[in-house]
Amino acid sequence: MSEKKTLTFSLMDAPFENARTTTALRLIDTAVRRGHNVNVFAYEGAVCLPFSKQAAHPNKVHGCEADEWNHPLPKDWVTEIMKLAEKTGSKLDWINCGLCVDERGVAESVAGVRRGTPGDLVNWANASDNTLVIPTK
Amino acid sequence: MASYLFIESRDPFEVNDVDYYYDIASGLRSRNNEVTLFLVQNGVFPARQNPSSNTLSQLAESGVRILADELSLNERGITLDSLVDGVESSPLDIVIDEMVAGTKTIWH
Repeated sequence: MSEKKTLTFSLMDAPFENARTTTALRLIDTAVRRGHNVNVFAYEGAVCLPFSKQAAHPNKVHGCEADEWNHPLPKDWVTEIMKLAEKTGSKLDWINCGLCVDERGVAESVAGVRRGTPGDLVNWANASDNTLVIPTK
Repeated sequence: MASYLFIESRDPFEVNDVDYYYDIASGLRSRNNEVTLFLVQNGVFPARQNPSSNTLSQLAESGVRILADELSLNERGITLDSLVDGVESSPLDIVIDEMVAGTKTIWH
């Protein structure tokens, strides 16, 4: 890897709604895989991405029980990227906007996610090598 | 001279303001900036030859580098031989490369 950089991403989309979530997590995964430090500021619906109470459901139309359907859960993707960061030596810091969390009642997050404010995004943007904001509209 | 990476995730046949985004890319290029347009998700649809193909071709001819996300192309069954002239397939990694290089990166 070339010199380690710090990249900040701001996410807004709620899970299960838009391809932007998949693309955003692909980008974060790539940055972590390359050993860069990554900051993620999640606000609005995106604070639900690491919500630990997400649950797989069966798909009776296809005759599948929950354990057979292999339903993708964003909380698991976030966890996997957290684990990957430990292996690659990346510092992955994920902040959920506290007000957005409270509004949605999604305080229970997977390990490694902490609570913050939009001020954290400003501080990160000032201190990072680059920042990408991925808005909903 | 600055470097810009414009990420377009929307299909211009669905969202009208995509053309304005292309215009910004074109305008910055005409002012001698380095500009890359990266198409992703439904943003790759205009990369397939279509009645409006010359929009992206003209942008490429003006010096804007146009890349289309490999995965997004594959998901939509868009083959390399059907791409508009001037558009190349690329892995998503290019976005991280550009961010690391300090390119101003903007998502639409």
